[in-house]
Amino acid sequence: MNPPRKRQIRLIVSLALAVLLASGLIYTSFAASDPALTPSQLLHGAHADRNVQLTGTVVKGSVKNLANGQVDFRLADRVGGGVTVPVVYSGSVPAAFHFGRELIVTGRLTRGTFDAQPGSMITKCPSKYSAAPSGSA
Amino acid sequence: MTALVAALLIAALVAFVLWALSGPFRARTAAPALRSSDERRVLEIARQAKYAEIRDTETDYRTGKLSEQDYRAIDRQLRAEAVEILRAIDELDARAGAATD
Amino acid sequence: MAFAGRITLVLALAVTLYGIAAALHGVRRGRREWVDSGRRSVYCLAVVLTLAMVILEVAFIRNDFTYNTVAQTSSSTTPLLYRVAAMWSSQQGSLLLWAWLLSIWSSAAIYLTRNRMRDVVPYATGVLLGFGAFFVSLLVFLDSPFAQTHPGPSDGAGLDPLLRNPSMLIHPPMLYSGYTFFAIPFAFAIGALVVRRVDAEWIQVTRRFALASWLFLGIGILLGARWSYYELGWGGYWGWDPVENAALMPWLINTAFLHSVMIQEKRGMLKVWNASLVLGASTLAIIGTFLVRSGVLDSIHAFTGGGLGVPFVALIATMVAASVYLVVSRREVLRSEHALDSLLSREAAFLLNNIVLVGLCFVIFWGTFFPLISQAVTGTSAKVGPPWFDRYTVPLALVLVLLSGIGPVIAWRRATLANARRNFLVPLAAAGAMALAAYTVVPIGSSAPTVLLFCGVAFVCASIGQEFWRGLRARRAMSGEPPPLALIAMVRRNRRRYGGYIVHVGMAVLFVGVAASSTFQHEQELSLKQGQSVRVGAYTMTYERPTGAVVADPSHTGATMTLGAVLRVTRAGHYVATLRPAADYYPTTPILEGQVVADLLSGDAVQQIGLHSSLRRDLWAAIKPFATTVPALGVQLPEASLVSAADASILPSTPQQTQLRLAYYELHTIVGAYLKHPPPASFTLISSPLVMWIWLGGLIVLLGGLTAIWPPPAALRGRLRARYFARVAQELGRA
Repeated sequence: MNPPRKRQIRLIVSLALAVLLASGLIYTSFAASDPALTPSQLLHGAHADRNVQLTGTVVKGSVKNLANGQVDFRLADRVGGGVTVPVVYSGSVPAAFHFGRELIVTGRLTRGTFDAQPGSMITKCPSKYSAAPSGSA
Repeated sequence: MTALVAALLIAALVAFVLWALSGPFRARTAAPALRSSDERRVLEIARQAKYAEIRDTETDYRTGKLSEQDYRAIDRQLRAEAVEILRAIDELDARAGAATD
Repeated sequence: MAFAGRITLVLALAVTLYGIAAALHGVRRGRREWVDSGRRSVYCLAVVLTLAMVILEVAFIRNDFTYNTVAQTSSSTTPLLYRVAAMWSSQQGSLLLWAWLLSIWSSAAIYLTRNRMRDVVPYATGVLLGFGAFFVSLLVFLDSPFAQTHPGPSDGAGLDPLLRNPSMLIHPPMLYSGYTFFAIPFAFAIGALVVRRVDAEWIQVTRRFALASWLFLGIGILLGARWSYYELGWGGYWGWDPVENAALMPWLINTAFLHSVMIQEKRGMLKVWNASLVLGASTLAIIGTFLVRSGVLDSIHAFTGGGLGVPFVALIATMVAASVYLVVSRREVLRSEHALDSLLSREAAFLLNNIVLVGLCFVIFWGTFFPLISQAVTGTSAKVGPPWFDRYTVPLALVLVLLSGIGPVIAWRRATLANARRNFLVPLAAAGAMALAAYTVVPIGSSAPTVLLFCGVAFVCASIGQEFWRGLRARRAMSGEPPPLALIAMVRRNRRRYGGYIVHVGMAVLFVGVAASSTFQHEQELSLKQGQSVRVGAYTMTYERPTGAVVADPSHTGATMTLGAVLRVTRAGHYVATLRPAADYYPTTPILEGQVVADLLSGDAVQQIGLHSSLRRDLWAAIKPFATTVPALGVQLPEASLVSAADASILPSTPQQTQLRLAYYELHTIVGAYLKHPPPASFTLISSPLVMWIWLGGLIVLLGGLTAIWPPPAALRGRLRARYFARVAQELGRA
């Protein structure tokens, strides 16, 4: 086999390999992902009984601490507010948890209440580049 | 008071910028771009790189990555490439010399 | 003075536009004085933007709250250093920092190349000024840092407590330096392609700037990881967050370029590939900047949009279009001169390294942008988490580690198979020994990827050690110097090679730290009463006693109240360390005059991590003094210095002072109660081996990079040149 042909074959083989790996990657990413939704999207879409990442802002006055370490609160959309979703959460609560703070919880919507997986709460860093001062909720 | 300081600062800045950038507007004879020296520099850099390669190959040989036979072959090849570069430099110098004569 | 600031920005914009016109006009007409004027525009831009920075920083230092950005991010009670840093905590301020750093590094680049590549530099100047014009336009037209409100508030909102740590002082400037430095290779690549001069000089210039940007960005990324670990309450250093990935992707592509450019240097191959890598890395850097600011992706860094998305997308589209057009239209200049000599060569190893690095970048890119991709494809935005990233990046990283041990042992062009086989004996033996140790001596046989990585690292260290040893032996055979001198001389003569080796060792050490601290970490999240203990791995941590302070502000961040704990750590009964985690409490912001009633404990609490680091392992503790949020106690939490001022007076003379005094006593009561009857506190306790190796590995990488980038002494160059010239001249048959 002459060199140019060898090089061609090498190129084709490596490209084929790359395509194969990329397809594997792409397939698993769709399979392994959780939809990221806001409260309004969650309530208006058919997402019951599916693991979902819920992103929203903690509604002022909605935080209730129960004796067994459970925290109940409501999440609203970051923009527009309005519709809120009640969330039931147990497990570690990050120190930055606070009304008006944006956070992400993973769980599923069952019978109108969002059942969050323990320990899945992530609070977002206060907005570095917000147009309004943080905490002026 | 701050307004005065601010105004002075801005005036100074604008003056500086105008002075720094106004070169082409002042009547002066333009310096010609020296194209050929750029070409020579490129060849010199290529020559440096080629010498570095020769040295590298020698290091490869001394650290046991190449057999003597392979080393001699590659070294010969590299030196031939170096000679090509030197020839190109000579040609360039000759042309430049001829141009200024 | 703010008006003066605005003028400087407008002047900066004018300078960039003039400079672009002058540089392009000069190079098209062959008029040197116009090109020089274009070059001076870059210097002028740096001067003008420096003045703008100074004006803004002075406003921060002087607490001029008529500036909107000062009022939003700083306050009279924010400590001085953090007031200075607050400038870049806002969108506008950080844009100004970006533009300023761009002008500084561009000036350095233009100065260093003032006598070279005379046909390329004017175009590069134009491109750099183009970037400058873009960022300054954003500041002038969209988001000015000099916007004012008259009359200004009496005090500002203060720097967010989460940002009040030393990392805030250095991580953004370092990271931005990395990002802005990427503009320089991009500019030179565009220039070289325009004039069709992709030659040895272009390689030399671009390689140096690419290495500098690689160093800066690498340090910036590492500092970000350190910030996450030392300041945030989750105990991790990397979360595959979009903003983290945004900085990693250009760095990976740059790493690929630094390797493959050597192939172009020696064999004139891969010209299209290298040009694409340079242009791609810089585009990724701009995409990274865009990601961080536009809020287009959900990230733990919750940035809001602010209307900057559209201009950035336009810039990125322009960069991509220009790159593609130039590479395609100049493809004859980019034709390869040679082909690969042999698969058993360093060139082939570098090619493989490039493929893996680009593959790694693609995986990270896909995962980072997946929410947008899935939105486009399925209509719902979905996210992939760290497990997905780990699944693909870990094997690729393993291959990279292996390659970094193979590369140094193979010769350029074509290696002798017999020699190569012999050279791999020691490294393979080391890897085998490590595998044995992993399964018998040290009990790490539970995780296959980690064991593989340890073997890979042993392989790398052995092969590079072998290289140094043999190089030293060869040098001493020729020069007879004592070993230390020979070592220094050897490295000096070939900084790029040995600098590269040091970088590989550093990366190996870093990977060991990452692997060990991820796989063998022990974590406990639980509530502890005073006196209670818990097992964390091999260690026992006991909650000895609570700590509390009012206004003492131990971390110098302006915290009003600090509550914490003292933890005693023992191992098999022997004392190991004492950890003092704490939570700093800050008032809710903004502080309104006369207001004294507000939520006390639902203000931001910032973690002060209790940490004991050693080479062997880190002991990490975070505390939440109140396990659940406590309803408002109805007391305003004044900032630390205000309270001290109130305390100084014996007799309160104004109602405000009385209220402050009351608040002061209230705080003391709370702290007193906490110290006397501490409630069970919520702890996150982690014992993690070899975390320090990550930072040490980073330092070694930095050392290697500096070694590689250091220019060889001029005298050395002259001596070598003369010697080799003589030898090659003999070939030509001249005396």
